[in-house]
Amino acid sequence: MADQSNPSFSLSAWLRGNWPILLVLAALALVPTFAAATDNPFLIRLFTRAVIFSIVAVALNFVLGYGGLVSLMHSGLFGVGAYTVAILAFHDYEATKFLGLFAGTDNLAISMPLAFLCAMGVAALTGIISLRTSGTYFIMITLAFNQMLYYFFVALQQYGGEDGLQVLANLHFADFNITKRTTFYYVAVGVLTATIFVFARLVQSRFGIILRATSQNERRVVALGIPPLRYKLMAFAISGAVTGLAGALWASGQAFVSPSDLSWVRAGDYVVMAVLGGMGRVWGPVLGAILFVLLEAYLPSWTQFWQLPFGIVVVLIVVYLRGGLVDVLGLTRSKSASNTEGGHA
Amino acid sequence: MTLSLFIEQSLNGVQLGVQLFLMSAGLTLVFGIMNLINLAHGSLYMAGAFFAAMFIKITGNFLLAIALAIPCTAIMGILMELIVLRRFYARGHLDQVLVTFGLILIFNDLVRMVWGVVPVPMPVPALLSGSVEIMDGVLYPAFRLAILSVGLVVALGLYVVVVHTRTGMWIRAGASNRPMASALGVDVQLVFALVFAAGAALAGLAGMMAGPITAVQVGMGEPILILALVVTVIGGIGSIRGAFIAALMIGIVDTFGRVLLPHALGSMVIFMLMALILAWRPKGLFPVHG
Repeated sequence: MADQSNPSFSLSAWLRGNWPILLVLAALALVPTFAAATDNPFLIRLFTRAVIFSIVAVALNFVLGYGGLVSLMHSGLFGVGAYTVAILAFHDYEATKFLGLFAGTDNLAISMPLAFLCAMGVAALTGIISLRTSGTYFIMITLAFNQMLYYFFVALQQYGGEDGLQVLANLHFADFNITKRTTFYYVAVGVLTATIFVFARLVQSRFGIILRATSQNERRVVALGIPPLRYKLMAFAISGAVTGLAGALWASGQAFVSPSDLSWVRAGDYVVMAVLGGMGRVWGPVLGAILFVLLEAYLPSWTQFWQLPFGIVVVLIVVYLRGGLVDVLGLTRSKSASNTEGGHA
Repeated sequence: MTLSLFIEQSLNGVQLGVQLFLMSAGLTLVFGIMNLINLAHGSLYMAGAFFAAMFIKITGNFLLAIALAIPCTAIMGILMELIVLRRFYARGHLDQVLVTFGLILIFNDLVRMVWGVVPVPMPVPALLSGSVEIMDGVLYPAFRLAILSVGLVVALGLYVVVVHTRTGMWIRAGASNRPMASALGVDVQLVFALVFAAGAALAGLAGMMAGPITAVQVGMGEPILILALVVTVIGGIGSIRGAFIAALMIGIVDTFGRVLLPHALGSMVIFMLMALILAWRPKGLFPVHG
């Protein structure tokens, strides 16, 4: 772990303390090979889901684990990104104009950055209001904003309303066709890898240190002459932007978006993933997301009532397993990296 | 908008408002006193409706069914507090969110196991199945009027209990300063259990009354839970008066928003109202904690 008094980031030093993530990423990269060998293409679909959820969980953990902000609106931000891509593709396919102003596009090199920016904008706007409060207020307000976004997209009849919106245009990224299932999977793993390293870097930076300090003792940070709201808002916007990017991937990967992707239960799922994996490490949530998606896929084949054991697992994790999977695997943090455990109000 | 439509929508708005108040009364007190965020409050609403539907099927009598279902829901609330939530008062909000989120999953599947996935029908009692002519040519369903009056009576009762009785004084003391109330000799554990049982009963009552209008089905408590959270936040956590005013406000604004505004805007209008109010007063309209 890098010395915290010196916020410079060294990748090799970081990897020395976080080597297991390389194994996880390598294992993820081998999934298509394994799927081909066992003739089980379903695995690629399943793991595409896991990888995209991992991106959200890692982004969420930046504000949750390091900023102490329990956000229940990340599924809404995810949806903003997903709908940005889907709506632009819709207008491209129909050859109409968005609000009668802009033509649509099937080029992801345009729509993905736009999804990133839209989600960032929504996160910043809602953040300005929600971050002025704290603790329970913050949780409930983000939940309410999530529902606002949900009902907004339900109400957009033009874009399918409650039934969702199918992407009929042939999406491509500049001149590359990335929507082929295996290619797309590698793209998603690539985005996840970049996300992990960017957030690892952010957490160790001066900005990250102030964010972590704010979550531990906001009053002291204020006393040091640092305005915490600005840092929290920036963190929330970055987290939201990356979540929107994951949503954009989601829309292009499955060529379909629906308001159910924005449901508040999904937002709760993301929090569960982050905690399940372990909030103390940037990449901990990846483990949580993979386990979550596997459970969600395979538990229903054992019992119709899979949410019951799943709910019990969630309760037990909260009661007994505070550090998540990272802790179980014996990958506890070194003292210098210790930050948040449990929630900060 | 004609006068008759205006009156009808106003009544609808007030009716939604009193239902929201029944939901948020328990929520806001649990927040205020125990500092606990309980997302599973919506499960109690659902449980109330299912208990009532079951007892109607058994007894065939609406009032008797309600009278049986309310204590059942209250007991469920007490059990939830005793077995799980009691351990979480001192924990962080994240743990509380997670544990109550897990409880929602558990309750939803339990209901699915016991009552199945198909919505359970809940008939409107024969006595209230007609309509009442509230003014010349304006008919309003009697059952909705009954909900409205029951809600208002309960709200008034709650006001009297909270503001004019000793128990109410304990509750208010607990909400504004728990350690101090405890130091002054209030049995905080008892107050906790009482508030939880009462909150559960009120949420259950709201669910029972909504049963014949909406469908009695799994997950029915979640949309109303979120509205109740909005009410709680706007009213100020821990404030019964704030919850009442905010509930009526949300009920009326939501109802008229859906009638007057375009669809996309109408469904968002209460959340925008919340955002506006919080931008102006981050602690809600009637903050209890300084």
